[in-house]
Amino acid sequence: MSEQYLKKINVTVNGVSQVAQIPPRMTLLDFLRDELDLTGSHAGCEHGVCGACSVIHDGAPVRSCLMYAVQADGCEVTTVEGLSHADGTLSILQDCFCETHAMQCGYCTPGMLIAGHSLLQENSSPSEMQIVEAIGGNICRCTGYRQIIEAIALAASRLKEAS
Amino acid sequence: MTEYRYVGKPRRTKEDRRFVTGQGSFVGDIKCRAMKHVALVMSPFPSAEIKSIDASEALALDGVHYILTGTELENATNSLMSGLDLPNYQRYPLASKVTRYAGEWVAAVVADSRYIAEDAAELVYVDYEALDFVVDPEEAIKPGAPIVHPEIGGNIFFQRKFEWGAVDDDFSSADHAISYRARWSRNSTVPIETFGVVAQWNSSEELLDVWASIQMPKYQEQIGNALKLSSNNVRVHYDVDVGGSYGVKRGIKHSVLVGYLSMKLGYPVRLIEDRLENMIGGDAHGPDRIFDVDMAFDGEGIVKSMRMRALDDAGASPGRAPLQLGKPVTAIVGPYRIRSVEYEAISVSTHKTTQEAVRGFGQSPTNFAIEAGIDKVARFLNLDRFEIRRRNFIEKDEFPYEIPSGTSYDSGDYHTVLSKTEKLANISSLLAKRDRIRAEGKFAGIGIATCLEPSGGNAGFEPLFNEKNPTTTWMESCQVKIDLNGSITGIIATTSAGQGHESLVSTVIGEVLQRNPASIRITRTDSLASLPSNSPVGSRMAIMLGGAAQGASEKIRKQLIRIAAHNLQMPVDQLEYGNGDVVTIKEPKNKIEWCELIEIAHRRYHDLPDDMEPGLQARHVWEVPTGGSMPTPDGKVQMYPCYSFEAHIPLVSIDPLTGQVTIHDYYIGHDCGTQINPHIVHGMTYGGIAHGIGAALYEKFEYNDDGQLLAGTFMDYLLPSAHEIPKVKMVDHCTPSPLTPMGQKGSGEGGYLGAPAAIASAVNDALEPLGSEILTLPMRVQDIEEVLCDAI
Amino acid sequence: MKAAAFDYIRPDTLEAVLEALDRAGDEGRIIAGGQTLVPMMAMRLVKAELLIDINHIQTLTGIDTSAESLSIRACTRQAEAAASKEIINNLPLLAKALEHVGHTQTRNRGTVGGSVANADPSAEIPIVARCLDAKITALKKGSERQICAGNFFYSAMDTALEDTECLTEIRFPIWNEEVVGSGFHEVSIRNSDYALVAVAAQLATDSGGICTRAAVAVGGCAPAAVKIDAVGKALVGRPLSDTDFDEACGLVVEALDPDTDVHATAEYRQRVAGRIVRRVLEEARAEVYEARNE
Ligand code: FES
Ligand code: FES
Repeated sequence: MSEQYLKKINVTVNGVSQVAQIPPRMTLLDFLRDELDLTGSHAGCEHGVCGACSVIHDGAPVRSCLMYAVQADGCEVTTVEGLSHADGTLSILQDCFCETHAMQCGYCTPGMLIAGHSLLQENSSPSEMQIVEAIGGNICRCTGYRQIIEAIALAASRLKEAS
Repeated sequence: MTEYRYVGKPRRTKEDRRFVTGQGSFVGDIKCRAMKHVALVMSPFPSAEIKSIDASEALALDGVHYILTGTELENATNSLMSGLDLPNYQRYPLASKVTRYAGEWVAAVVADSRYIAEDAAELVYVDYEALDFVVDPEEAIKPGAPIVHPEIGGNIFFQRKFEWGAVDDDFSSADHAISYRARWSRNSTVPIETFGVVAQWNSSEELLDVWASIQMPKYQEQIGNALKLSSNNVRVHYDVDVGGSYGVKRGIKHSVLVGYLSMKLGYPVRLIEDRLENMIGGDAHGPDRIFDVDMAFDGEGIVKSMRMRALDDAGASPGRAPLQLGKPVTAIVGPYRIRSVEYEAISVSTHKTTQEAVRGFGQSPTNFAIEAGIDKVARFLNLDRFEIRRRNFIEKDEFPYEIPSGTSYDSGDYHTVLSKTEKLANISSLLAKRDRIRAEGKFAGIGIATCLEPSGGNAGFEPLFNEKNPTTTWMESCQVKIDLNGSITGIIATTSAGQGHESLVSTVIGEVLQRNPASIRITRTDSLASLPSNSPVGSRMAIMLGGAAQGASEKIRKQLIRIAAHNLQMPVDQLEYGNGDVVTIKEPKNKIEWCELIEIAHRRYHDLPDDMEPGLQARHVWEVPTGGSMPTPDGKVQMYPCYSFEAHIPLVSIDPLTGQVTIHDYYIGHDCGTQINPHIVHGMTYGGIAHGIGAALYEKFEYNDDGQLLAGTFMDYLLPSAHEIPKVKMVDHCTPSPLTPMGQKGSGEGGYLGAPAAIASAVNDALEPLGSEILTLPMRVQDIEEVLCDAI
Repeated sequence: MKAAAFDYIRPDTLEAVLEALDRAGDEGRIIAGGQTLVPMMAMRLVKAELLIDINHIQTLTGIDTSAESLSIRACTRQAEAAASKEIINNLPLLAKALEHVGHTQTRNRGTVGGSVANADPSAEIPIVARCLDAKITALKKGSERQICAGNFFYSAMDTALEDTECLTEIRFPIWNEEVVGSGFHEVSIRNSDYALVAVAAQLATDSGGICTRAAVAVGGCAPAAVKIDAVGKALVGRPLSDTDFDEACGLVVEALDPDTDVHATAEYRQRVAGRIVRRVLEEARAEVYEARNE
């Protein structure tokens, strides 16, 4: 690579430790997509507005276009690929997204799932307002949000049944 | 109504699973070995002469492979296609001698990574000499205005005045007339995924492979023409998931640019627009229109005639913009019985970004302009805005109904849909709620818009606006095959941008063959392996792809029945198809089952009827119902077969201190005939409403007086978030189309075609007590506050 | 939209940060949450040779309260501040403002110090800092200084901070009057947009209801957040009647000289600022009344 600076990092992504040599200017988003081939996280704006790039960083949802991969050195990252169960079955939230058809083109979907997943980790029975708040920083151009909100609410009730 | 087994049932879609697991395959996910990356050098001037380009420093950068300029590209390729007959006009992906808008692409850098490509783009030094420019379309057509394309001889790309019916007589005999101006500002669909394309030239096979986030009819032919290749040297892969389009993902200039670079340099080249390239120079803006309208009506509020002049600011090149003035011809009177119309369409060039096709292809702005007039007539006569619509609606027994511009509407029941929507909204309590908010000192209003969605068209606007383009078909195709094991595969020839084509086609095939759609695989093939397709434009896929899938499956079903007839030695009309088996009607035990029928088709040639080919496969290319005729000399034409209808009723309030609008409630009644998958139809309608709310209140590609785009990022171009979108409540109605196999109509533009008009209507109802109104979209907080300020 | 190349270090101690800043001079830049800096770098509106990451310096996070003031260390996440009981109890005005900051995902990463250092004219934390005359601590190799918020903010990404200085802490004074009320409101186009106009106000009265201290600051209406000193002067010694407020709002409108941008005209901002100041003063007064009734 014809990059001026390179840094070695070690990031745990979806439970797997990843060591890489990368230019410090590489965003976490590009690192995940281009270096690790985890293409579920998407670039919508690359300036922190759309939320398509959302991932969980040390337990909290963040925008991966607003972090450099070097900053994640020593951290844990979960992407949409890490939401399904190890055997490939869908998480309850993912399944509910399919149930209500909470997407069309699917481009914002990984970010929405990360936002919804993080919300449900903290709040097992969110109100509609709280759901709106949680996905308020994620733009979807296809759905008008209704079926996404329904999916998250449905997942909350199914999670409660399950526990 | 026909009882369906799978059609119309709430079923999971085929596509969603790959998206929730992060396994969608978008163009940005395509990787080719040794792939290089493109970044663009954009013009900072709205108009400038390019005197020279010095790329030496950029080229010297480690990791930079090539810098392409407009001159090289222009010498090596043919002009991109234009929809109009403009003999001297040419368009290329990069500007060569002059730039025609701020942000126009001037050079392309090819490098090892997008990072390095951007480093190099900064080091490409272009010597510009700024020229005069014009960004106001009304200024642009005045004498002496700077001319965007001198070779065209002026700033008018297209102008034509149509007159259908006795407009002057109707105006002079009418009791009243009103005139108004309605302004639809430049916005677009702005998908969350920008446009992207990867091209890979294989010199030994002389084949250009293309993966793109594309929604473009005749795409491979256009690439072939521009690159001087026969189009069987271009293979477009349709199994790319498109991250939203709603019309704009046309990317022909991007694709030709990248295709050329790959052929020239010998390795795969990719261009994924970044957000700035997309918004500023991606040529994907939408209609930018000034409507001047006169309406003539009688004392009862019956609208007799309308004159509409639509002046559209196309931007720097004609693109699809002028033709977007053509589609509204097909629904120029909306759902109303207006008997004569004068329509003047003017497409003007300015030094702004080029337009692309946008959801509704010009119909949503036109619907807004018509609906604004109907509200104004009601106000003028002090009539209820719902009542005036009922008085003017075409009655349900009048269909097929021919409107003045020669289009025949297939079916509809506007009165019922409106009354269902009013019932859903509980109008009297909604009125009470409005008045309660008013009593609190806020402004509040209820909106109403009743609009049409023309769907499934044959591109009749092409010959209407360009005599040399005799297009009267816009066919769609599907292939269905059943293999030796009885597995069914449908083959389609288009990318999808969320419309759920795989779900659609599997449902239709499953319905006809009575097999579970979940077991049917749908594959999106490539442009060489496929039959003709015209991509998912114009709300057409439920109709056209659905029709093609139905046609192909029916052929297979007939084939199965014939195989059974031959083997049972029975006439076909005494047999019945059920769940894949073929049984004799009189003696159901006497039958041949699915597995055996398939075995016969695939192995037992000796048991096949004489004239039948072995295997089980069928293909169907479906022509647009009502397609096939050219416009008349006075511009009457049938472009679209099916007309969906939607009634919107929102309640909004305005904060008197700030002008901020809150949408409290939103009701819609929607009739798109038979719904194949209600989840998909509802989702698109919700999404269309959200998109329409954006157009009504937030979204604008604003240019300043220096010709610079001020809304080039998501900080400045404001897409509505979940906070801004109300909880929409929806009621369906089904008036089947008599023209389609299952009675389906289009729905991909649903919601968007009425929401801007409805929100405008609601805001203006709120402003009514002040005697004010706003007829410019978007109605931004500052515009509303100014009106409040002036009025109080 | 990719940043120009830069080198990156992640020191473990504040001393190392200051040392690095000193060495890098104007070529170095601190990155904390990055929620403002990273997009600016992506658009290449900002470039740096060296980014110094302060996210891992333990001493730069946390909130400390004393009787007179509440200090927030620079790297405290906005999300953490928004959830902080200490802030809710001791500095309700800041707590109200924090509710409007960004959204979940940017708050999880964005820091309080970053918001101050980036000095967006409509960012909430700088408005409160101006309103309450917060003190901003800046360290550089070998020296430390306190900068009064009134002297700190120039315009977006332009402050009194020197290239080699690191902002370490913002100290907000706590008003110890018997009766204190506050209000915060902002007007934005979409829910989470930067405010067109944002107003913070805090009022204190004696037990008789006479205003003893008043502070109002406005964001979005000048290159940086501004405190309208005249309002304080006009309200002190008065009973906080509607007429007092009318007068104060007039002063606000006079004191502002906003710019027009793509989102709102100068006239809009100016007119609306006056009305919002009024709304916020009423909100603060309601709190004062409530406190007095308790
Ligand atoms: S891509 Fe990160 S927020 Fe849009
Ligand atoms: S599903 Fe397409 S952007 Fe959300």
